[in-house]
Amino acid sequence: MKCKAIINELADYLDEALDPTLRASIEQHLGNCKDCRVVVDTCQKTIQIFCNSEPAPLPEDTRERLHEALLRRLRLRKSPDGQRA
Amino acid sequence: MSSPKLDPVRPHPLPSTVVKDDESVLVAAAKSGDISAFETLVGRYERKIFRLAQNITQNREDAEDAMQESFLKAYEHLGEFQGNSRFYTWLVRIAVNQALMKLRRRRPNVVSLDQELDTGEDMMPREVEDWGPSPEERYGQTELSGILGKVIGELDPPFRIVFQLRDIEELSTEETAEALGLSVPAVKSRLLRARLKLREKLNQYFRRGENS
Repeated sequence: MKCKAIINELADYLDEALDPTLRASIEQHLGNCKDCRVVVDTCQKTIQIFCNSEPAPLPEDTRERLHEALLRRLRLRKSPDGQRA
Repeated sequence: MSSPKLDPVRPHPLPSTVVKDDESVLVAAAKSGDISAFETLVGRYERKIFRLAQNITQNREDAEDAMQESFLKAYEHLGEFQGNSRFYTWLVRIAVNQALMKLRRRRPNVVSLDQELDTGEDMMPREVEDWGPSPEERYGQTELSGILGKVIGELDPPFRIVFQLRDIEELSTEETAEALGLSVPAVKSRLLRARLKLREKLNQYFRRGENS
């Protein structure tokens, strides 16, 4: 396989969505091509960093407005199963 | 310690694994009108939903409005939630719609999400540099959050939203396609582009020797 073909298959490779034959071909290429190995490795890290990142705490004023809005409006509405909350 | 190189990206913690055991109980209680049960669900997901809305709208005020409206809508429509998916997935889909409405209102010229995009340009990475030790160890959590928020905000909306749903909220490719009204190949193509772009943008912060 050529480097360009590796890049084209990268999303499915990272998601482990490739058939075993194609996956084996890619891994064989990765064993011999440092550039592709670095791209795959840093792409994996990119996903992991975003995936593992904790969302920042909600600003206190934002949280207060959210909960006030919820309480204000939810108390006026019927509950989802039809009874008044 | 073994090298992290080429470790499989997945499995990593999916929202399903962080869903507490009591979630179905809380959803059932909220369905029957227990506001405090619904508030517990809100407290559990408000930070993630706010980040999602912030990443899509790139506007703090819109993100706050979208978050509020998402939780209100979720409560109003909770009776329609059949439990066929995770509650969080269902909530994310509502939040995406709310955030997209805000984005389109503020930026009517933004590329329509279901418009065909030219992703055919050469995607070969220009910068191929290994990263140093774990970026999480090199930056504090606040600083890292700032970097991630900045680089994802630099992506065009069609790419950033697919990445957000697929790799941050961890919806499946099919769920992402359904939520955005896209085909599965379109999601895959945009996801690949988004991942490569983000990798390149993060290079400047994480490459070996940079700030290490």
